[in-house]
Amino acid sequence: MTGPGQDCQDVVELVTDYLEDALDPDTRSRVRGHLAECDGCEVYVDQMRRTAAVLGAGDPLPLEPPMRDRLLTAFRDWAADRTPPS
Amino acid sequence: MTSMSGIRADEPARALPAASEQALVAALRRGDEAAFARLVELHTPSMLRLAGRYVRSRSVAEDVVQETWVALLEGLDRFEERATVKTWLFRVLLNIARTRAVRERRVVPMSALDGDGGDDGPTVDPARFLPPDAAGWPRHWASTPYDWRDRPELVALSREMLETVRRALEGLPERQRTVVELRDVDGLSAEEVCAVLGLSGANQRVLLHRGRARIRQAIEDVLDGPR
Repeated sequence: MTGPGQDCQDVVELVTDYLEDALDPDTRSRVRGHLAECDGCEVYVDQMRRTAAVLGAGDPLPLEPPMRDRLLTAFRDWAADRTPPS
Repeated sequence: MTSMSGIRADEPARALPAASEQALVAALRRGDEAAFARLVELHTPSMLRLAGRYVRSRSVAEDVVQETWVALLEGLDRFEERATVKTWLFRVLLNIARTRAVRERRVVPMSALDGDGGDDGPTVDPARFLPPDAAGWPRHWASTPYDWRDRPELVALSREMLETVRRALEGLPERQRTVVELRDVDGLSAEEVCAVLGLSGANQRVLLHRGRARIRQAIEDVLDGPR
């Protein structure tokens, strides 16, 4: 089989398409075959997964009460101005 | 310290299913304040952070966010079923924030940039691979990257690691940073990010790939020291 996904230097550029399941079936199967045999690329895929996970792992930002109150006030103003459904 | 199990993209609250989406719009139309409060809690912090990228001050960012919520409420009766509240909110927020940014002459709006801003080289240093004419294993790893699976800095995320990642994110070109933030920090799906930013699926993946690859490199530099 020939095409992208045979050399490590190709595979590292296909990692996100691979993780997003966006590769055509031939390329996907070449990448899978490569990953099964190549420790370096298998580690690299894991590192990219972990990178995404670390990005999502920070504590969620709290919503500060003044901002929350301000938005709820805007909601009440909107609800009060609204013509009740007839 | 935050454990890896705290990955926010996995929280069910971030992904509202389609059926509850309609119920949500109906509740807002009825003037259900509790439903509004829950929605505000869920999305406002991300909206403030995103708006803050475009405008000069925290108080202008707060104005942008409030304007977005009011636009949602005023547009409820015309709300189209094909949009979700979340993608609608982020799209309108970006429009309002970019308009403000242009008025403040602060940034070039995203639509004016082509591709990913001229960043189109390899995402991994070519020196990490054997040359194309190498005997045996051309273009394969010259030396295998280190496994991160048991690294304590990543298992229980250190403050230093989170700070490294935050700085690397700040350093990304704008389009990459926006895509990576929406996907990996805010937990939007690929489809949602495409809808919010008006990107094709392929374009979204290119930006995500380049952005994540740079952050991966920053993490590696901390774990292994620069190569």
